[in-house]
Amino acid sequence: MSAFEAAVGHERDLPDRRYTAERTAGGLLSKRIIVGYGFWIFLLSDIVMFSAFFATYAVLVDATAGGPSGRELFNLRNVAIETACLLLSSFTCGLASIGARKHRGSWFFGAMAATCILGVAFLFIEVREFAGMVAQGAGPTRSAFLSAFFTLVGCHGLHVTAGLLWLMTMMAQVFAKGYRADILRRVLCFGLFWHTLDIIWVAIFTVVYLMGAGQ
Amino acid sequence: MSDSGQQREPYYADAPPGYEHFDEHEPAEAVGSYLVGLGLATLLSIVSFFISGTTLVWGPSIPVALIVLAIAQIGVHLVFFLNITTGPDNVNNVMALAFGVLIVLLLLAGSLWIMENLNHNMMPMDQIMRMQR
Repeated sequence: MSAFEAAVGHERDLPDRRYTAERTAGGLLSKRIIVGYGFWIFLLSDIVMFSAFFATYAVLVDATAGGPSGRELFNLRNVAIETACLLLSSFTCGLASIGARKHRGSWFFGAMAATCILGVAFLFIEVREFAGMVAQGAGPTRSAFLSAFFTLVGCHGLHVTAGLLWLMTMMAQVFAKGYRADILRRVLCFGLFWHTLDIIWVAIFTVVYLMGAGQ
Repeated sequence: MSDSGQQREPYYADAPPGYEHFDEHEPAEAVGSYLVGLGLATLLSIVSFFISGTTLVWGPSIPVALIVLAIAQIGVHLVFFLNITTGPDNVNNVMALAFGVLIVLLLLAGSLWIMENLNHNMMPMDQIMRMQR
Protein backbone atom coordinates (compact mmCIF):
# COMPACT_ATOMS: atom_id res chain seq x y z
CA MET A 1 0.00 0.00 0.00
CA SER A 2 1.43 3.33 -1.01
CA ALA A 3 1.70 6.26 1.31
CA PHE A 4 -0.98 8.05 -0.66
CA GLU A 5 -3.41 5.16 -0.29
CA ALA A 6 -2.55 4.96 3.37
CA ALA A 7 -3.39 8.62 3.76
CA VAL A 8 -6.62 8.45 1.79
CA GLY A 9 -7.69 4.95 2.80
CA HIS A 10 -7.38 5.14 6.56
CA GLU A 11 -9.21 8.39 6.65
CA ARG A 12 -12.49 6.78 5.70
CA ASP A 13 -12.34 4.46 8.67
CA LEU A 14 -12.47 7.42 11.00
CA PRO A 15 -15.88 8.94 11.58
CA ASP A 16 -14.27 11.89 13.34
CA ARG A 17 -15.45 15.14 11.86
CA ARG A 18 -12.08 16.77 12.22
CA TYR A 19 -10.59 14.50 9.60
CA THR A 20 -13.35 15.01 7.09
CA ALA A 21 -12.89 18.75 7.49
CA GLU A 22 -9.56 18.54 5.68
CA ARG A 23 -11.11 16.82 2.67
CA THR A 24 -13.16 17.84 -0.29
CA ALA A 25 -15.87 15.93 -2.12
CA GLY A 26 -14.94 12.49 -3.37
CA GLY A 27 -12.26 11.81 -0.79
CA LEU A 28 -9.62 13.85 -2.62
CA LEU A 29 -7.00 15.58 -0.59
CA SER A 30 -7.80 19.24 -0.27
CA LYS A 31 -5.57 21.69 -2.07
CA ARG A 32 -4.44 23.06 1.28
CA ILE A 33 -2.88 19.72 2.21
CA ILE A 34 -1.21 19.28 -1.17
CA VAL A 35 0.24 22.81 -1.07
CA GLY A 36 1.49 22.24 2.47
CA TYR A 37 3.09 18.96 1.42
CA GLY A 38 4.85 20.53 -1.55
CA PHE A 39 6.16 23.39 0.54
CA TRP A 40 7.26 20.97 3.24
CA ILE A 41 9.43 19.19 0.65
CA PHE A 42 11.02 22.53 -0.26
CA LEU A 43 11.68 23.21 3.42
CA LEU A 44 13.31 19.80 3.84
CA SER A 45 15.61 20.56 0.89
CA ASP A 46 16.46 23.83 2.62
CA ILE A 47 17.28 21.90 5.80
CA VAL A 48 19.53 19.58 3.79
CA MET A 49 21.35 22.65 2.45
CA PHE A 50 21.82 23.94 5.98
CA SER A 51 23.12 20.55 7.09
CA ALA A 52 25.89 20.93 4.49
CA PHE A 53 26.81 24.27 6.08
CA PHE A 54 26.70 22.65 9.51
CA ALA A 55 29.03 19.88 8.32
CA THR A 56 31.41 22.51 6.91
CA TYR A 57 31.35 24.41 10.18
CA ALA A 58 31.95 21.28 12.25
CA VAL A 59 34.93 20.33 10.09
CA LEU A 60 36.46 23.82 10.22
CA VAL A 61 35.62 24.80 13.79
CA ASP A 62 39.20 24.28 15.03
CA ALA A 63 40.86 25.88 11.99
CA THR A 64 41.25 29.29 13.58
CA ALA A 65 44.64 30.03 11.94
CA GLY A 66 45.85 31.66 15.13
CA GLY A 67 42.84 33.97 15.19
CA PRO A 68 40.13 34.23 17.80
CA SER A 69 38.02 31.16 18.59
CA GLY A 70 34.35 31.02 19.38
CA ARG A 71 35.02 31.09 23.09
CA GLU A 72 36.55 34.58 22.80
CA LEU A 73 34.01 35.93 20.33
CA PHE A 74 30.58 34.71 21.35
CA ASN A 75 28.40 36.66 23.75
CA LEU A 76 25.87 34.21 25.11
CA ARG A 77 23.63 36.93 26.55
CA ASN A 78 23.00 38.24 23.02
CA VAL A 79 22.37 34.71 21.80
CA ALA A 80 19.84 34.13 24.58
CA ILE A 81 17.97 37.31 23.59
CA GLU A 82 18.03 36.26 19.92
CA THR A 83 16.70 32.84 20.89
CA ALA A 84 13.88 34.37 22.91
CA CYS A 85 12.96 36.69 20.00
CA LEU A 86 12.77 33.86 17.48
CA LEU A 87 10.91 31.50 19.81
CA LEU A 88 8.30 34.13 20.68
CA SER A 89 7.97 35.11 17.02
CA SER A 90 7.33 31.46 16.18
CA PHE A 91 4.53 31.47 18.75
CA THR A 92 2.97 34.71 17.46
CA CYS A 93 3.27 33.36 13.91
CA GLY A 94 1.20 30.36 15.03
CA LEU A 95 -1.39 32.74 16.51
CA ALA A 96 -1.46 34.65 13.21
CA SER A 97 -2.17 31.48 11.25
CA ILE A 98 -5.08 30.72 13.58
CA GLY A 99 -6.34 34.29 13.16
CA ALA A 100 -6.14 33.94 9.39
CA ARG A 101 -8.08 30.69 9.41
CA LYS A 102 -10.73 32.25 11.64
CA HIS A 103 -10.85 35.39 9.44
CA ARG A 104 -10.16 37.60 12.45
CA GLY A 105 -8.41 40.73 11.30
CA SER A 106 -7.26 42.08 14.65
CA TRP A 107 -5.87 38.70 15.63
CA PHE A 108 -4.09 38.10 12.32
CA PHE A 109 -2.62 41.59 11.85
CA GLY A 110 -1.68 41.98 15.52
CA ALA A 111 0.13 38.64 15.64
CA MET A 112 1.84 39.25 12.29
CA ALA A 113 3.03 42.68 13.44
CA ALA A 114 4.40 41.13 16.65
CA THR A 115 6.17 38.46 14.58
CA CYS A 116 7.64 41.17 12.37
CA ILE A 117 8.91 43.24 15.31
CA LEU A 118 10.50 40.20 16.97
CA GLY A 119 12.11 39.17 13.67
CA VAL A 120 13.52 42.67 13.15
CA ALA A 121 14.86 42.65 16.73
CA PHE A 122 16.57 39.33 16.03
CA LEU A 123 18.14 40.64 12.84
CA PHE A 124 19.25 43.85 14.53
CA ILE A 125 21.11 41.94 17.26
CA GLU A 126 22.67 39.62 14.73
CA VAL A 127 23.86 42.43 12.44
CA ARG A 128 25.29 44.27 15.44
CA GLU A 129 27.14 41.12 16.49
CA PHE A 130 28.56 40.66 12.97
CA ALA A 131 29.60 44.30 12.75
CA GLY A 132 31.31 44.06 16.15
CA MET A 133 33.23 40.96 15.07
CA VAL A 134 34.36 42.55 11.80
CA ALA A 135 35.39 45.70 13.68
CA GLN A 136 37.69 43.73 15.99
CA GLY A 137 39.37 42.04 13.03
CA ALA A 138 37.40 38.80 13.21
CA GLY A 139 35.66 39.08 9.86
CA PRO A 140 34.97 36.17 7.50
CA THR A 141 38.41 36.53 5.90
CA ARG A 142 40.31 35.99 9.17
CA SER A 143 40.21 32.19 9.34
CA ALA A 144 38.44 29.14 7.95
CA PHE A 145 36.49 28.91 11.20
CA LEU A 146 35.16 32.45 10.78
CA SER A 147 34.37 31.89 7.09
CA ALA A 148 32.27 28.87 8.04
CA PHE A 149 30.67 30.77 10.92
CA PHE A 150 29.63 33.74 8.79
CA THR A 151 28.37 31.46 6.01
CA LEU A 152 26.20 29.37 8.32
CA VAL A 153 24.81 32.06 10.61
CA GLY A 154 24.65 34.63 7.80
CA CYS A 155 22.66 32.24 5.62
CA HIS A 156 20.14 31.85 8.43
CA GLY A 157 20.03 35.64 8.79
CA LEU A 158 19.33 35.97 5.06
CA HIS A 159 16.49 33.48 5.42
CA VAL A 160 15.04 35.57 8.26
CA THR A 161 15.32 38.69 6.09
CA ALA A 162 13.50 36.95 3.25
CA GLY A 163 10.91 35.72 5.75
CA LEU A 164 10.31 39.28 6.97
CA LEU A 165 9.76 40.51 3.40
CA TRP A 166 7.35 37.63 2.85
CA LEU A 167 5.60 38.43 6.14
CA MET A 168 4.94 42.01 5.06
CA THR A 169 3.78 40.80 1.65
CA MET A 170 1.28 38.48 3.32
CA MET A 171 -0.06 41.26 5.53
CA ALA A 172 -0.51 43.46 2.45
CA GLN A 173 -2.18 40.67 0.49
CA VAL A 174 -4.62 39.79 3.24
CA PHE A 175 -5.36 43.48 3.69
CA ALA A 176 -5.93 44.06 -0.03
CA LYS A 177 -7.53 40.78 -1.11
CA GLY A 178 -9.11 39.42 2.06
CA TYR A 179 -9.14 35.83 3.34
CA ARG A 180 -9.33 34.10 -0.03
CA ALA A 181 -8.47 30.41 -0.14
CA ASP A 182 -5.31 31.00 -2.20
CA ILE A 183 -4.12 33.77 0.12
CA LEU A 184 -4.73 31.53 3.13
CA ARG A 185 -2.58 28.82 1.54
CA ARG A 186 0.23 31.36 1.18
CA VAL A 187 -0.17 32.28 4.86
CA LEU A 188 0.09 28.57 5.68
CA CYS A 189 3.33 28.27 3.69
CA PHE A 190 4.74 31.37 5.36
CA GLY A 191 3.98 29.89 8.78
CA LEU A 192 5.77 26.65 7.88
CA PHE A 193 8.77 28.66 6.63
CA TRP A 194 8.98 30.75 9.79
CA HIS A 195 8.71 27.74 12.12
CA THR A 196 11.44 25.98 10.13
CA LEU A 197 13.77 28.98 10.57
CA ASP A 198 13.31 28.58 14.32
CA ILE A 199 14.21 24.89 14.08
CA ILE A 200 17.43 25.79 12.26
CA TRP A 201 18.17 28.42 14.90
CA VAL A 202 17.89 25.74 17.61
CA ALA A 203 20.62 23.80 15.84
CA ILE A 204 22.73 26.97 15.39
CA PHE A 205 22.58 28.14 18.99
CA THR A 206 23.40 24.65 20.22
CA VAL A 207 26.17 23.65 17.80
CA VAL A 208 27.74 27.05 17.10
CA TYR A 209 27.24 29.17 20.18
CA LEU A 210 26.77 26.92 23.21
CA MET A 211 29.23 24.22 22.15
CA GLY A 212 31.59 26.88 20.76
CA ALA A 213 31.58 29.02 23.90
CA GLY A 214 31.97 26.07 26.25
CA GLN A 215 34.71 24.14 24.49
CA MET B 1 -12.90 4.51 -3.73
CA SER B 2 -14.40 7.92 -4.14
CA ASP B 3 -17.98 6.56 -3.95
CA SER B 4 -17.61 5.03 -0.55
CA GLY B 5 -15.76 8.15 0.51
CA GLN B 6 -18.76 10.26 -0.38
CA GLN B 7 -21.16 7.97 1.42
CA ARG B 8 -19.28 8.10 4.66
CA GLU B 9 -18.64 11.83 4.57
CA PRO B 10 -22.07 13.33 4.85
CA TYR B 11 -20.90 16.71 6.06
CA TYR B 12 -18.97 17.91 3.06
CA ALA B 13 -19.94 15.41 0.40
CA ASP B 14 -21.42 18.15 -1.77
CA ALA B 15 -18.64 20.65 -1.23
CA PRO B 16 -16.86 21.89 -4.35
CA PRO B 17 -13.21 20.97 -4.82
CA GLY B 18 -11.00 23.38 -2.95
CA TYR B 19 -13.65 24.14 -0.39
CA GLU B 20 -12.06 24.40 3.00
CA HIS B 21 -13.96 24.11 6.20
CA PHE B 22 -12.64 24.72 9.66
CA ASP B 23 -14.26 23.46 12.77
CA GLU B 24 -15.57 26.05 15.18
CA HIS B 25 -13.89 24.37 18.13
CA GLU B 26 -10.47 24.23 16.55
CA PRO B 27 -8.82 27.57 17.49
CA ALA B 28 -8.97 27.27 21.28
CA GLU B 29 -7.35 23.87 21.00
CA ALA B 30 -4.78 25.21 18.58
CA VAL B 31 -3.81 28.12 20.84
CA GLY B 32 -3.40 25.63 23.65
CA SER B 33 -1.12 23.51 21.51
CA TYR B 34 1.04 26.52 20.60
CA LEU B 35 1.20 27.50 24.27
CA VAL B 36 2.34 24.02 25.28
CA GLY B 37 4.95 24.15 22.51
CA LEU B 38 6.17 27.57 23.64
CA GLY B 39 6.44 26.40 27.24
CA LEU B 40 8.34 23.21 26.41
CA ALA B 41 10.66 24.95 23.94
CA THR B 42 11.42 27.73 26.45
CA LEU B 43 12.16 25.19 29.14
CA LEU B 44 14.50 23.20 26.89
CA SER B 45 16.28 26.38 25.73
CA ILE B 46 16.81 27.57 29.29
CA VAL B 47 18.19 24.18 30.31
CA SER B 48 20.52 24.27 27.29
CA PHE B 49 21.88 27.72 28.14
CA PHE B 50 22.19 26.82 31.81
CA ILE B 51 23.98 23.55 31.19
CA SER B 52 26.47 25.06 28.75
CA GLY B 53 28.01 27.27 31.44
CA THR B 54 27.66 25.04 34.46
CA THR B 55 30.35 23.19 36.31
CA LEU B 56 27.82 21.01 38.10
CA VAL B 57 28.08 18.16 35.61
CA TRP B 58 31.05 16.30 34.23
CA GLY B 59 32.57 18.45 31.47
CA PRO B 60 32.78 16.02 28.55
CA SER B 61 29.10 15.14 29.00
CA ILE B 62 27.97 18.70 28.25
CA PRO B 63 28.13 18.55 24.42
CA VAL B 64 26.19 15.28 24.44
CA ALA B 65 23.57 16.78 26.75
CA LEU B 66 23.32 19.88 24.52
CA ILE B 67 22.75 17.77 21.41
CA VAL B 68 20.11 15.66 23.13
CA LEU B 69 18.33 18.82 24.35
CA ALA B 70 18.49 20.34 20.85
CA ILE B 71 16.98 17.21 19.28
CA ALA B 72 14.24 17.23 21.91
CA GLN B 73 13.51 20.89 21.17
CA ILE B 74 13.42 20.27 17.42
CA GLY B 75 10.91 17.50 18.13
CA VAL B 76 8.79 19.91 20.19
CA HIS B 77 8.86 22.45 17.33
CA LEU B 78 7.89 19.82 14.78
CA VAL B 79 4.94 18.56 16.81
CA PHE B 80 3.54 21.75 18.34
CA PHE B 81 4.50 24.44 15.79
CA LEU B 82 4.72 22.65 12.45
CA ASN B 83 1.91 20.29 13.51
CA ILE B 84 3.55 17.16 12.19
CA THR B 85 1.34 14.44 13.66
CA THR B 86 0.73 10.77 13.20
CA GLY B 87 -2.68 11.54 11.73
CA PRO B 88 -3.67 10.10 8.35
CA ASP B 89 -3.27 13.45 6.59
CA ASN B 90 0.34 13.60 7.70
CA VAL B 91 1.65 10.27 6.40
CA ASN B 92 3.25 11.91 3.37
CA ASN B 93 4.76 14.70 5.45
CA VAL B 94 6.24 12.22 7.92
CA MET B 95 7.69 10.10 5.11
CA ALA B 96 9.31 13.19 3.58
CA LEU B 97 10.63 14.21 6.99
CA ALA B 98 12.11 10.74 7.56
CA PHE B 99 13.87 10.94 4.19
CA GLY B 100 15.15 14.44 4.99
CA VAL B 101 16.50 13.28 8.34
CA LEU B 102 18.26 10.37 6.63
CA ILE B 103 19.98 12.70 4.14
CA VAL B 104 20.96 15.15 6.89
CA LEU B 105 22.46 12.37 9.01
CA LEU B 106 24.36 10.93 6.04
CA LEU B 107 25.71 14.36 5.16
CA LEU B 108 26.81 15.24 8.68
CA ALA B 109 28.18 11.86 9.72
CA GLY B 110 29.81 11.25 6.34
CA SER B 111 31.53 14.65 6.22
CA LEU B 112 32.82 14.44 9.78
CA TRP B 113 33.99 10.86 9.36
CA ILE B 114 35.82 11.47 6.08
CA MET B 115 37.44 14.72 7.20
CA GLU B 116 38.48 13.17 10.49
CA ASN B 117 40.18 10.37 8.56
CA LEU B 118 41.90 12.85 6.25
CA ASN B 119 43.15 14.89 9.20
CA HIS B 120 44.37 11.76 10.89
CA ASN B 121 46.29 10.56 7.85
CA MET B 122 47.70 13.93 6.88
CA MET B 123 51.27 14.82 7.65
CA PRO B 124 51.70 17.45 10.37
CA MET B 125 51.75 20.96 8.95
CA ASP B 126 55.40 21.76 9.80
CA GLN B 127 56.61 18.66 7.94
CA ILE B 128 54.65 19.67 4.84
CA MET B 129 56.19 23.12 5.03
CA ARG B 130 59.66 21.63 5.28
CA MET B 131 59.07 19.45 2.22
CA GLN B 132 57.94 22.42 0.16
CA ARG B 133 61.11 24.29 0.81
